[in-house]
Amino acid sequence: MLVKGLGISFDLSEDHLMIQDMIRKFAEKEVAPGAAERDRSMEFPREICMKLGELGLMGVNTPVEYGGSGMDSISYAIIIEELSRACASTGVVSAVQNTLAQLPLYRFGSEDLRRKYLPDLASGKKIGAYGLTEPSSGSDAGSLQTSAVKNGDSYLLNGQKVFVTNGTAADLYIVYATVDKSKGSRGISAYVVERTFPGFKIVRKEEMLGVRASGTAQIAFENCKVPASNLIGEEGIGLRIALTTLDSGRVSIAAQAVGIAQAAYEAALKYSKERSQFGKTISNFQFIQGMLVDMITSIEAARLLVYRASYLKDKGLTFTKEASMAKYFASTMSEKVTSHALQIHGGYGYTKDYPVERFYRDARVTEIYEGTSEVQKMVIARNILGG
Amino acid sequence: MKIAVLVKQVPDTAAQIQIKPDWSGIVEEGIKYILSPYDEYAVEEAVRLKEKFEGSEVTAVTVGPERAKEVLRTCLAVGVDRAVLIHDQENSFDPYSTAELLAKKLESLNLDLVLCGKQAADDDMAYMGGAAAQKLNFPFISLVVQIEILKETGKAKIRRQIEEGEEILEVTLPCVLSAQKGLNEPRYPSLPGMMKAKKKEIEEIKPADLIPDFASLAKTRQERLQPVPPRSAGRILKGSPEEMVKELVKLLRDEEKVV
Repeated sequence: MLVKGLGISFDLSEDHLMIQDMIRKFAEKEVAPGAAERDRSMEFPREICMKLGELGLMGVNTPVEYGGSGMDSISYAIIIEELSRACASTGVVSAVQNTLAQLPLYRFGSEDLRRKYLPDLASGKKIGAYGLTEPSSGSDAGSLQTSAVKNGDSYLLNGQKVFVTNGTAADLYIVYATVDKSKGSRGISAYVVERTFPGFKIVRKEEMLGVRASGTAQIAFENCKVPASNLIGEEGIGLRIALTTLDSGRVSIAAQAVGIAQAAYEAALKYSKERSQFGKTISNFQFIQGMLVDMITSIEAARLLVYRASYLKDKGLTFTKEASMAKYFASTMSEKVTSHALQIHGGYGYTKDYPVERFYRDARVTEIYEGTSEVQKMVIARNILGG
Repeated sequence: MKIAVLVKQVPDTAAQIQIKPDWSGIVEEGIKYILSPYDEYAVEEAVRLKEKFEGSEVTAVTVGPERAKEVLRTCLAVGVDRAVLIHDQENSFDPYSTAELLAKKLESLNLDLVLCGKQAADDDMAYMGGAAAQKLNFPFISLVVQIEILKETGKAKIRRQIEEGEEILEVTLPCVLSAQKGLNEPRYPSLPGMMKAKKKEIEEIKPADLIPDFASLAKTRQERLQPVPPRSAGRILKGSPEEMVKELVKLLRDEEKVV
């Protein structure tokens, strides 16, 4: 059944096309050339972040009054897709910077917090990160153990966060901690923690299969003193902030997955027209054609799901289910498409002489972070079944 | 300083251009249009000069169809102040009348400097800078890689590329300069820049408003666009080296007539 507001009729505007032109050019010239090297060295793309900030691409949805660009979500999806097409690490780094680090502030933060932190994040002068996941609390975010105890005009934080994207490079972190474990998820609060606060520690840099330049780290708080004014919103609404943020975050990851898949598809298409076997290019073989067709068809379907979720968000409508659908479909698609791209490249695809093995490794994490595919299915199931 | 930049919208240099079956032009469907790459250097230089000399104003001018507004928006997004589209359908392939139109508009702007790309990436004619200069009675320097404005003397010091070296020139303003690669590194339009560009108006002019008898002005006409004949496949000679050499010499002498 078709329902009004489902987001079926939409088109890209002149603005979107102009933004795509700009970001594609930027990504191809400034981001793609160093992507393979950053994958090897695990070096965080700090300089690129500065340039992105100068172009207004680090606070795409952040309101103009706080130094952002105040653009719509489709523009943002286009930007994350294009960056990820060039370098998946840079894609997730800017997704975290744009959404996970800034949305909690401009949606839930006090005016003071917004004025204090958003302009530097939106301009790329400072890097932001997001600490929700813990060693024993992943999909079950409500069970997190990091504690916050009010002590005069500050909170003392204790605990650990893992898989913090941008973690090694960040200047500030959105951190979730519980003020009252007995209240379960209603005891969770969100804080802005600066790297320089006493008791904050980077424990280690994670060495990962993919998105290796994303500065993913494990961090810890040992009686870390956070000013009470750095509480985002009020005590106890932390999980709501986290889930609201993740709705948007999931659309970014879906866009990232589309970008990685697009890069893999383009590489495979090109290779299939160059590689000859049995006296003709392998693009002549129906098994190869079938893979290419499946790849581009599913990429385009995923992209439309991303645009739809973005469109609903811009209309101010609920898009939780659509965000999960986009993320679930796009990440699964990306894993398959990059695998096909590697297969089309044969033995060469398995080497570092071609970029497809990196695409394959990079795509894999989109099925895990910001809610695993299983969590997305839970969200969708809850929405279609009720309860 | 009052600066004008002449720009042109051209097919993306990466686009696969196809000529229409009736040879009347190129197939436009599916082609992406961009600001001609050499014009990008001219636009960037104009914006840099504007940033350097307070109170400057940069106007981008193009002659083209409605879609040429896209490149004017790009110019506005990187810091150009004003944009002018001179609509042209009639004499669209005639560089002579195009230069007349541009010069007519430029005359009204009271300019210190006109910048343009060294040539358009579509027809490679490399005509407009020189022609506009001629009609404006300005000096013209092509293939410029450095511009230094000498405010106090009303002159500019110019570095330009020549074969195996560089030439340093001094020129009196106002003048027309055509940009060569290396003049600068063009910036990317920023999101806020794009949003500001949306609010700026593009002035639209009909050719007849500038030159009443414009339609009769054309001096060149594009008769047709002809595809390059496909190259025939190479021939591989067979046999012993002696036989092949003999055959090759025969072919070069009798068929190709090159020896």
